[in-house]
Amino acid sequence: MGLSNAEIVALLLSLKVSSVAVLIALPFAIVVAEILARWRFPGRAFVDGLVHLPLILPPVVMGYLLLITFGAKAPLGHWLAETIGIRFMFSWTGAALAAAIVTFPFQVRSIRLALEAIDPGLRDAAETLGAGPLDRFFSITLPLALPGIIAGAITAFAASLGEFGAIITFVSNIPGETRTLPLAIYSALQSPDGESIAARLAGLSILLAFFGLALSEIAASRVRRMMER
Amino acid sequence: MSVEINLRHPLADFTLDVQFSIESNSVTALFGPSGAGKSTIINFIAGLQRPAEGKISINGKVVENSATGISVSPRHRHIGYVFQQPRLFPHLTVEKNLLFGWRRAQNRVNEDEVKKLISLLGIEPLISRKPHALSGGEKQRVALGRAILSNPEMLLLDEPLAALDHKRRDDILPYIERLRNEQRIPILYVSHSIDEVTRIADQIHIINHGKLVASGSIADIFSRIDLYPITGRFEAGAIIDGEIVNHLSDLSLSEVAFGNQMLTVPEIDGKVGDAIRVRVRSRDIIISRVQPTEISANNVLQGKILDIKTDGGPYADLQLQCGQTKLIARITRHSSERLELVVGMLVFAVIKSVTIDRRALRA
Repeated sequence: MGLSNAEIVALLLSLKVSSVAVLIALPFAIVVAEILARWRFPGRAFVDGLVHLPLILPPVVMGYLLLITFGAKAPLGHWLAETIGIRFMFSWTGAALAAAIVTFPFQVRSIRLALEAIDPGLRDAAETLGAGPLDRFFSITLPLALPGIIAGAITAFAASLGEFGAIITFVSNIPGETRTLPLAIYSALQSPDGESIAARLAGLSILLAFFGLALSEIAASRVRRMMER
Repeated sequence: MSVEINLRHPLADFTLDVQFSIESNSVTALFGPSGAGKSTIINFIAGLQRPAEGKISINGKVVENSATGISVSPRHRHIGYVFQQPRLFPHLTVEKNLLFGWRRAQNRVNEDEVKKLISLLGIEPLISRKPHALSGGEKQRVALGRAILSNPEMLLLDEPLAALDHKRRDDILPYIERLRNEQRIPILYVSHSIDEVTRIADQIHIINHGKLVASGSIADIFSRIDLYPITGRFEAGAIIDGEIVNHLSDLSLSEVAFGNQMLTVPEIDGKVGDAIRVRVRSRDIIISRVQPTEISANNVLQGKILDIKTDGGPYADLQLQCGQTKLIARITRHSSERLELVVGMLVFAVIKSVTIDRRALRA
């Protein structure tokens, strides 16, 4: 399966965008999952709904919302560009941001389930043994939630690879910058002789999906064994 | 060193209202039926729950005071807590579990002490295993070790044997007994098992419906006949603290002296001169007005009737003074009337040696 330069670029870009999306979303996902799993406060249902919003909104709408929030003329987008120098428009970082937000619920769900499965008695025990809140989080909670965290990250990674609507709406379809695999497949289908390219890229996507699935199975069983031994 | 406890707190069915103290260098039992408020009390002491009203001080240091708003966090109370469930950290080895509190302690015991305790609890062979590979009794021994290695100023044991079967209980009880002899800190032992309490505790507080019903030494409390409704009729029995004076090896019997009296029991582990505690259940005692002769029972003790209690049912409960020791006997009301028993009468208590089983003994 010989890949052209443009196709390799799209593949590598997809991997880069998805990796960055997962990594920037992960710490936020852990914090939000911990809050939803353990805190009881007014407005908790609202936060829960907000987190799950990307799952139910059409991706194009997500892209539009990103555009009016992080666009060059939008206040937040303007402020970020001026102070930190981060620009999202027409940039792969924007693609990563879109993928991160759209796949955020997958991470939160999986981590939250893992956190809720932890016996609160273990934290009580750790507390009587002298462990403070941060200590308990890092020595008990985080290691015990690790299988859920890994599963969530891999699911989010796989979902990021397939993200189309939010990315194309938010940061457009620029070869080498924002044209990830799904966008490349779409572009190929738009051109008269692109069908074979589309077929190859689709095959590649399927391969990647299976690879991700296998990776998640291996990681899950590894972690399980690590916990038990 | 001692612990002072004074608590008031509304619960679903009643209000918890107790005041008691725990002396160091002793094991104090908090005894009572399930749902009496025992676990709530020790969660207050540990700081895992806060009382509506009350004051708790440990060795002179106030850790909870609703009047001044003081509530020291659990991790600064230096209390070793062994829960009903072992609550070992599943992702850590036995060794890391044991050292979890030790690493975080301000004053660590030295490594020789650590090794000594691990061998006292018999858990050296388990040290590199994960908790899931341990039996229930082994887990609870590790939990005990973990709590003690945090170098606490007080030890709370919340029915640590409740989740174990009889066999495992008998495996772990000797370790707790050894700890009692080694530790110099107050130990509060929560239980609803007379068997465990009489083996382990020196002092006892009986709790029912959130109130303190009786407090005192184990021997005093279990020789009372007015506490039956709480201590349980079936298992009721007096405690005799005595000393091994002779082993009759050819007969597989041991003789235990208490006051100026003697009890013959099935052979006990222990040396002549060792202190021993024997529990004589009230339903195992026969009362005779004359000294029986040519009788199979080995033990015939003379005593004076201090009290007789009947509640109209089939039974009569007697309290007897035998030398320095009080015994309690349960006979039928019919027998009591037939023998015309009255307070002050001298009678003979007949105790079969075989009714004193090994589990009722403590070295």
